[in-house]
Amino acid sequence: MFQSLTGAVELGLMYALLALGVYITFRILDFPDLTVDGSFATGGAIAAVMISHGYEAWIATLTAFAGGLAAGTCTGLLHTKGKINGLLSGILMMIALYSINIRIMGKPNVSLINADTLFSPIDSVTWKYILVLAIVVFAIKLLLDAFLHTDKGLALRATGDNNRMIRSFGGNTDNATILGISLSNGLVAISGALIAQDSGFADVTMGVGMIVIGLASVIIGEAILGTRGVFWTTFAVVIGSIVYRIVLALAYRAEWLKLESTDLKLITALIVIVALVIPTIRRHYKQKSNARKRTAELAVSARGKGGI
Amino acid sequence: MLELNHVSKLFNPGTPDEKIALIDIQLKLNPGDFVTVIGSNGAGKSTLMNIISGVLKPDLGDVKIGGTSISHLPEFQRSRWIGRVFQDPMAGTAPTMTIEENLAMAYRRGKPRGLSWGVSAARRKLFREQLQRLGLGLENRLKAKVGLLSGGERQALSLLMATFTKPDILLLDEHTAALDPARAELITRLTESIVREMKLTTLMVTHNMEQAIRLGNRLIMMDKGRIILDIPENRKRDLTVPQLLAEFERISGHKLADDRVVLG
Repeated sequence: MFQSLTGAVELGLMYALLALGVYITFRILDFPDLTVDGSFATGGAIAAVMISHGYEAWIATLTAFAGGLAAGTCTGLLHTKGKINGLLSGILMMIALYSINIRIMGKPNVSLINADTLFSPIDSVTWKYILVLAIVVFAIKLLLDAFLHTDKGLALRATGDNNRMIRSFGGNTDNATILGISLSNGLVAISGALIAQDSGFADVTMGVGMIVIGLASVIIGEAILGTRGVFWTTFAVVIGSIVYRIVLALAYRAEWLKLESTDLKLITALIVIVALVIPTIRRHYKQKSNARKRTAELAVSARGKGGI
Repeated sequence: MLELNHVSKLFNPGTPDEKIALIDIQLKLNPGDFVTVIGSNGAGKSTLMNIISGVLKPDLGDVKIGGTSISHLPEFQRSRWIGRVFQDPMAGTAPTMTIEENLAMAYRRGKPRGLSWGVSAARRKLFREQLQRLGLGLENRLKAKVGLLSGGERQALSLLMATFTKPDILLLDEHTAALDPARAELITRLTESIVREMKLTTLMVTHNMEQAIRLGNRLIMMDKGRIILDIPENRKRDLTVPQLLAEFERISGHKLADDRVVLG
């Protein structure tokens, strides 16, 4: 039991970068980016090929990041300059990346058994493993937070929030969109690189369904911890990724459920559906009560002929 | 300062819905001019604003700021010179971001956006000072999300954001039309004092005749894509609303028809 829980936390931390990537596109840019399914495998493929050819694991991981950035940039260009519908741009890149990923690996999968990965020095001790992963993930989260509070980051957030407004202040929304999608897929690719190194192989199908898993993490995190401010929300997203893995681990352990590993996608879909529906219901009631409160306030101020 | 030379714009050319939005517009604003624009529905007032700000490109003609043609520049590049307040109070601010973050974005108008902090201590101090001018107490709510503000507060913030970097041209597109009378009056007062204080060259579309006469030093009347009357300061001073309406009817041959028109 304990072992499956620590395993879940480890996976959750590795997938947290995927979740942060999905958070950037899905929440900040309001752009449903399906490139993720391709770029996750791209990250894994690049890392696996480089490591199996004897490159240092950290160089391989950074190159995976660059590969993700490039993939995201393509999607961004398709959408902003090519004026292709957002969903379709992502799907096109996802399909293209399937072939590209096989080209990168030279075959559909690459094994990393006995290769020196990022985790080789620490994988004998579980708590060390988790600690190092947690530090790395939170460092990346903090970097992302910091970026989102710079002038460039503010423009990126405004692009998703009110692009008409930021354009009227000289913000280039096309560039901001490309930057955001690129950064998102860079993080996703790092996540893929970590997963490949952890599981000891990269496979061209390893990215299938990643967009939904990322989404599940974002939504679960937001549902549990809420969304006040960027700093808090990115934290919620990381936690969401871990919780998602724990929920999965628990579901598998419940023997009366008789779950097979092939049921993973179904469970993920169910988790996302539940996590999507609950906040909607909650929001509905909250809005209703807010509307009532606000109307009452206005009624009072109208009687008192209040100012603004 | 701002110059429009023979600007024309056609919507849906060659289709049954073809509509002349602007036809051969000649307009020149001198530095410090505060021009109010009135006209009936579909006169081309909003198109005029969109042509100047770069949302729309003219089919013919040229737009110049400070003698330089800007016709080829996209909207976000023209923003360097042009500040804008929209009719919709929701349009000028980013709702999920805080007041200070919104101001920080406005602060970078026309400058490159790099990796320095959007809201530094020095900038926050400046933002607080600027917000005090509005007299709405927003300076104490720097970290509040803009989506929580009222329409009037948001429009006041939009006005501040559009002006505090002193743009060469200020475009106000019926920016009080969506507000109730009390708030509209407040925004009008703020507009007047900010424009006067900063000597901004301003073009303001309004449906409020009284406002159009009271504010600014020049009044333009538009109809069917043309500027049909340009009233200079000396004549505008003694103008009344009935005179203005009569003048409109005399030149255009029909009554000023605008479903939102306010006679003041």
